[in-house]
Amino acid sequence: MNADRALSRRGFAAGLLWLGLGGARALAQGFAGLGGEAAGFAAVTPGRKFMFPDDFGAHPDFRIEWWYVTANLRDADGVAYGVQWTLFRQAMAPGPQREGWDNQQVWMGHAAVTSAATHRFAETFARGGVGQAGVIAAPFEAWIDAWRMAALPPLSNAAFAPLRLQAAGEGFGYDLRLDAERPLVLQGEGGYSRKSERGQASYYYSQPYFTATGHITLDGRTVAVSGPAWLDREWSSQPLAADQTGWDWLSLHLDGGDKVMLFRLRQADGGHYFAGNWIGSDGRSVALASNAIAMTPLGFTEVAGRRVPTQWRVAVASRGLAVDAAPLNPRSFMATSFPYWEGPIVVHGSHDGVGYLEMTGYRDAG
Amino acid sequence: MLKVVNLSKSYRSAQETVHVLRGVGFAVAPGESVALTGESGSGKSTLLHLIAGLDEADGGEVWVEGACVTGLPDARRAALRCTRLGLIFQQFNLVPSLSVADNLAFQARLAGRSDPAWLGELSARLGLDALMKRYPEQLSGGQQQRLAIGRALAVKPALLLADEPTGNLDEATADEVVHLLRDLVARSGCGLLMVTHSTRLAAMLDRRLHLSGGGLT
Amino acid sequence: MRRALWVLAVLLSHWRRHPLQLATLLVGLIAATALWSGVQALNQQARLSYDRAAALFGGARTAMLIDPAHATFTQAAFVALRRAGWPVSPVLEGRVEVGGRSLRLIGVEPVTLPPETAAGPAVGRDDLHAFVAPPGRTLAAPETLRDLGLTAGATPRIDQSAELPPLQPQPHLAPGVLVVDIGVAQRVLGKPGQVSRLLVGNTTRSARELPESVAGTRLRWVAPDSETDLARLTDSFHLNLTAFGLLSFLVGLFIVNSAIGLAFEQRRSTLRTLRACGVSARLLNVVVVIELVSIALVGGLVGLVCGYVIAAALLPDVAASLRGLYGARLPGTLSLRPQWWFAGIAMSVLGALAAAGASLIRMARLPLLAAAQPDAWRRAQRRWLLRQGALAAVMLIAAVGVLIFGDSLLAGFAVLAALLLAAALALPVALDGALQLAARGARGALPAWFWADSRQQLPGLSLALMALLLALAVNVGVGTMVRSFSVTFARWLDGRLAADIYVSAANDTQAIEIRRWLAARTDIDAVLPGARTEIRIGGAPVEITGVADHATYRDNWPLLRATADGWDRLHQGDAAFVSEQLSRRLHLDVGDRLRISGGWSVDVVGVYADYGNPKGQIAVGVDALSRHFPETPQTRFGLRVAPEHLAGVMAALREAFHLDARQLADQATVKAESKRIFNRTFAVTAALNTFTLGVAGVALLTSLLTLSGSRLPQLAPLWAIGLTRRRLAAIELMKTMVVAFVTALLALPLGLLVAWCLIAVVNVKAFGWRLPFQVFPAQLLELLGIAMLAALLATLWPVFKLARMQPATLIRIFANER
Repeated sequence: MNADRALSRRGFAAGLLWLGLGGARALAQGFAGLGGEAAGFAAVTPGRKFMFPDDFGAHPDFRIEWWYVTANLRDADGVAYGVQWTLFRQAMAPGPQREGWDNQQVWMGHAAVTSAATHRFAETFARGGVGQAGVIAAPFEAWIDAWRMAALPPLSNAAFAPLRLQAAGEGFGYDLRLDAERPLVLQGEGGYSRKSERGQASYYYSQPYFTATGHITLDGRTVAVSGPAWLDREWSSQPLAADQTGWDWLSLHLDGGDKVMLFRLRQADGGHYFAGNWIGSDGRSVALASNAIAMTPLGFTEVAGRRVPTQWRVAVASRGLAVDAAPLNPRSFMATSFPYWEGPIVVHGSHDGVGYLEMTGYRDAG
Repeated sequence: MLKVVNLSKSYRSAQETVHVLRGVGFAVAPGESVALTGESGSGKSTLLHLIAGLDEADGGEVWVEGACVTGLPDARRAALRCTRLGLIFQQFNLVPSLSVADNLAFQARLAGRSDPAWLGELSARLGLDALMKRYPEQLSGGQQQRLAIGRALAVKPALLLADEPTGNLDEATADEVVHLLRDLVARSGCGLLMVTHSTRLAAMLDRRLHLSGGGLT
Repeated sequence: MRRALWVLAVLLSHWRRHPLQLATLLVGLIAATALWSGVQALNQQARLSYDRAAALFGGARTAMLIDPAHATFTQAAFVALRRAGWPVSPVLEGRVEVGGRSLRLIGVEPVTLPPETAAGPAVGRDDLHAFVAPPGRTLAAPETLRDLGLTAGATPRIDQSAELPPLQPQPHLAPGVLVVDIGVAQRVLGKPGQVSRLLVGNTTRSARELPESVAGTRLRWVAPDSETDLARLTDSFHLNLTAFGLLSFLVGLFIVNSAIGLAFEQRRSTLRTLRACGVSARLLNVVVVIELVSIALVGGLVGLVCGYVIAAALLPDVAASLRGLYGARLPGTLSLRPQWWFAGIAMSVLGALAAAGASLIRMARLPLLAAAQPDAWRRAQRRWLLRQGALAAVMLIAAVGVLIFGDSLLAGFAVLAALLLAAALALPVALDGALQLAARGARGALPAWFWADSRQQLPGLSLALMALLLALAVNVGVGTMVRSFSVTFARWLDGRLAADIYVSAANDTQAIEIRRWLAARTDIDAVLPGARTEIRIGGAPVEITGVADHATYRDNWPLLRATADGWDRLHQGDAAFVSEQLSRRLHLDVGDRLRISGGWSVDVVGVYADYGNPKGQIAVGVDALSRHFPETPQTRFGLRVAPEHLAGVMAALREAFHLDARQLADQATVKAESKRIFNRTFAVTAALNTFTLGVAGVALLTSLLTLSGSRLPQLAPLWAIGLTRRRLAAIELMKTMVVAFVTALLALPLGLLVAWCLIAVVNVKAFGWRLPFQVFPAQLLELLGIAMLAALLATLWPVFKLARMQPATLIRIFANER
């Protein structure tokens, strides 16, 4: 059977790719074919007022949206693990939501557990309208198949906590409780996150202060773990510039309590668009100037036939940040229908800390 | 050239054991033609077959060109037959599906030493020139036997073994064939051992051995 | 190496001088390979399409969940299972009529579809959106589009209200299948929120972990089956074909055997000369095998091409048979895999080696020095006959043993094979006996010689005669079975098709209108409502047909056995008739009790014949059926109409309700259609039959050619003592015809035995029904005549050669006694 041609999940993913639903945050990629018009979908404009719990839920008028959690965990012996939980939504067509199978939403879930030696992941797909996947704002629940992220009442609307996070796939599984005291953080300028000089943008908020506790299972072994976790919520209709080929994104939990989110959008002409937010230990989120950010690849890993920069030098001059980032497992590759690299990192230098790195759009090796 | 030492052979049938050869010994020198005579059933053909390696002796040795050939495996005996010996039988033993030319040449080809000049000379001497495109069944008995002689000599053997080569031929033709044999043997310098029951033909050769009661007399 | 080539050249020179022999050998190889590989190609083609149909959204290749009590169940069960982590995908299946043709409509959910089940359709990346988003797409095989007379993009209307999404050709799809998105299927089939089954993708979880009830539905886990439903249903048909292919293969090998045997005999002196000239025994053996394999390769290749042609020629009939018998759809063009070619060549080479086995062994043991031929042919022949007879007895015992203890289709064919082999082996013994008997009654020198010489000829001819015997016996057997079936089938059709007009309304509403319309007419004698639904018993589909309480059925229903009050009990609603197939499969008989569904059990009060139906069937009162299965459409009914009103009623019905040929048919048309399907079913059998007989004729010819050369020494003395060549030829002709005639006579009872085996063992196992056994003397005489004609044709040429033989050739026998 020709897998590429089969009407299958793979074929579906190929379809998604065409539709622009690419996987990972990297939906924001030009190669996903979404450089074009967003006619009929709601537009992203500055100055939006976020409302909770409403904005926990889905925004079906926008073309794409995701609920994204990463966690840097340790067990009682100090062994490091990473956990990823992602739910993507994509609308195939604009307009009022249709009932049942006619519903135009398509959902995709990714989940992974990473250790220094092992990286296990899974993906799943669902169509909206019948209940296989969806998001309810209150009482909050986001699910696809048996993977779910749901409120553990009573839920604090300000902190979006506590939550229960569950997923399982071949060779891995986890069941975590996410707690946070501090309120949610709006990224970009008050939640308006610019993706290029030409106005492409998304709505973007995070909860970088989660503490995750619970159990993970890796290749049949279950261990109790805890550590910092980070939630991203983002939605948009046309987040990309046509010439953007991929991105490198990272989130950092610095030992001093500061949180940093940085990304670099690579352009076809070799240039880069930098953006990021510094979230101080006081909870204030400040957008960083594009020219204040430096991200330089230091080392590469050949994985899945691609050459991926898994070691970085990261600097934010205005904040005195100059660190080297190294992956917990350089082979943390998500060989899903839409493939990308995503895994936990450790940083050393001016600051020490942990975080998550995501890189998309790296094609063939060399 | 050929040396036979103390060769013995017996056949076992249901009733009795027949000792065909009891310690036969003789030699044939290069260029020498020897007739082997004896009564029917005296073991002439058996002796010839043993020398040719077509059959295995019970005891004794056969030396061809200074090498002992008794006890060799079939493939080695076959190689020896192919390259060093020429065999001529009473029934001509031609390949019916090959033309005269191919019959004449094929043993030499098998031996890997086909010599066109020598084949040409042989076919001329044997009077086969006009018949080269025919098939054996289109030849007379004498022509067939001349062809068999040619095939045997084409390989330039060290020793020619002939088993009643004239048995199917009339007297005049037989004389002619034996003359030809003797001349060609003399010319190529190989030895000839010819089984015949005809004393007249035997007298045409250099020497005569008579087999009787399992031994030479 | 060069030496081997020279030896090969010498060996091959034989064929140049005997091209006819080479032709014979090749004909044997080609015949063997062609028929075998032709049949294999057909089987392969069929299996391929079953696999396609089966792998398509979980025929049987994927584990699935069904609701054993209902045809469909709520898709909430799908969502519940997904949310419990089960990799399930919903499928809704139904039948739709497009342009008067009934097609399978499969609704799938492409996003959750397990990749391993999606063997058929290919939706490119551009197509997925189009497939799931309104208006969607209807995927169909190009053959289906052709059948429907529609082109890509058309939106076929399936009834007054619904329309399918635009058609899109999909080459990998099974014919007769339409694939749409599940949402489309739910709308078109009028089953919103319903699914027929859930496919289970690869999972480490097992059936035991399944909750007892999912969304209020008790689901049953159906384990994946390596064999598809269609494959199982059609197994017998393919086994049938294979058996014929194998028979042809063996008959072809008879030819190869005799041709190689002859070549060996004629080349004996050449082989000796080669050995004398210094070719070792091993080299010679190797070269002989190489020669044989090369010839087998050539024959095999040509045979494969012929096989392809045969398969292509038979494919339409095979396809029609499979469609008529099992509803299995085959694409109209052959597509062959490389394995087919390799297998065919391998069969040819192995067959040639097997057929040449005896000759090869004899050659390997060939004494270098010519030994005097023992003159004791008579003693040798007696030993040979004894051995053949003993082997025949063993095979016969084996046949009886399998018949008694075997209980499968394969056993049925094993009985047939053992029986045929036993008969073939016993043939020379029987012929020898017959000839001996004749010789005893012979007066005069020439007749005495005639019979004695015929006996001596036996070993040389026996292989060919065996081939003739087998071919003829199988012909008689299959012919008798087909005729028996034909007669029974016609009678059964009369019983089952008792109504004069058959109406199938488009839906219940129309059905009510039609019935109201009919009630108002005076030219209708009776309206016989019928209904049909399908359930699963023991995992297999079973039809339930509702029968009206009317004398038409009581008088005509083809009951094999029933209780006296069967019909009354039936209409009380607590009893049923079961079809013969179902009765055999479930070991049910009159007096047993059968649970149809949850709360409905019935007494079996009768068993009836239901030929040609691959599914089991239960007949119940039509009222009882509607009571227990209220959703069953009430759209079918039969009408009793006097012959003089038939045409008028038909026309009026067609006029009033716009019914097409599938919805409205008179008895004669339905019967004709049924018989047409039936006839095509056996067209393949008949064609293969003819081929086999032809091959047997060639075997006879080659054997005779082989013999004619070696028999000259026997004939020459007769010529010398004053018999003319013409007379000799006449004697030879007569001798062959006598043995062929005796063989053909022996083939008749054997053939009837084969027919009995087919009817009483093979058919029962294969189809589940047993026919009354009938003998058709005229058919037997006809086959006897054909056999004699084949023998005559095969004999003519060698005899003609003898008659025209140059005296010199005969003289040479004396001059050159071998």
